[in-house]
Amino acid sequence: MTTTLASTDLDTPFTIVGRAFRSRLMVGTGKYRSNDEMVRAIEASGAEIVTVAVRRVDLDRTKEAGILYHLDPRQFFLLANTAGCYSTDEAIRYARLGREAGFNEFVKLEVIGDKDTLLPDVDGLLQAARTLAREGFAVLAYTNDDLVTALRLEDAGCAAVMPLASPIGSGLGLLNPFTIRTIKRRLSVPVVVDAGVGTASDACVTMEQGVDGILMNTALAEAADPVRMATAMRHAVEAGRLAFLAGRMPRREVAVPSSPLEGMLD
Amino acid sequence: MVPPSFSLNARADIFLFVTELRITVNGDPRSVTGPATLADLLQHLSLDPRAVVVEHNREIVRRPALEVTPLRDGDLVELVHFVGGG
Repeated sequence: MTTTLASTDLDTPFTIVGRAFRSRLMVGTGKYRSNDEMVRAIEASGAEIVTVAVRRVDLDRTKEAGILYHLDPRQFFLLANTAGCYSTDEAIRYARLGREAGFNEFVKLEVIGDKDTLLPDVDGLLQAARTLAREGFAVLAYTNDDLVTALRLEDAGCAAVMPLASPIGSGLGLLNPFTIRTIKRRLSVPVVVDAGVGTASDACVTMEQGVDGILMNTALAEAADPVRMATAMRHAVEAGRLAFLAGRMPRREVAVPSSPLEGMLD
Repeated sequence: MVPPSFSLNARADIFLFVTELRITVNGDPRSVTGPATLADLLQHLSLDPRAVVVEHNREIVRRPALEVTPLRDGDLVELVHFVGGG
């Protein structure tokens, strides 16, 4: 009888500031067609860390109730974000509100610098990261794929650095494997690729670079079938992670036969 | 619950007169009958204090303090919660 090893037997847990997670896939909760579909997709993804945004309560009740009405905070680790913030002060304000609304000291820090690309304001991001880290937050900083910025974010006390694969919501996949590999090689804190993954192969290739995890939202929410895509992403993240740990064969620009040359018939 | 304006507890000392308070809640102007606390405002809006975070003039007010934080004319109140996001 054969025994199939679970991927958890072949990998170590994903750990951020002492908290261990089985899944290396983190997912967002935005843009789903329905809350029911969102919950089913998140469950299918196997993700434990789930991002949420802080927004005003709709006092006219024209919209659905808050996300906690649909997601059980005992089942998922809720990671509040500062999405939509364009300044240091605004991001810090949202982070504090998120900590108050939430259940942990983690924050996914975004300070956006450009409306068209949603690329980060690196200067504002570093300032906000320093302040929040001093206040005891575990800061997971969304940033571009720039090594020097990533190193500065680590120095600022970030718990994890989250370079993008490509712009938020673009689905363009991993545009620069080299920069992501370089960041991973040089940082001590976890590196989680955040944004840009479009389909399962993108997630797999990203994990093959050796990063610690991936955070995605639109790839699931805008898939024609989010539950199937979430399942595919779960497998892709595990496959890419295991392939990285396994170590790939060398690339050769010549063929090397797999079958013996000896024993051929005359 | 007895409205604060009629209660004889210590809080009544703070509120001497029934007044109309013009405040801003989540960006919109509102009038509330004072004296009133942040807890009264949440009750008036049918909001469960456990389901929202209250920011009062840019300061976060934790749940136990809601009942003892009076609203004043011109106050800015933000009521937030978690919604879907990436």
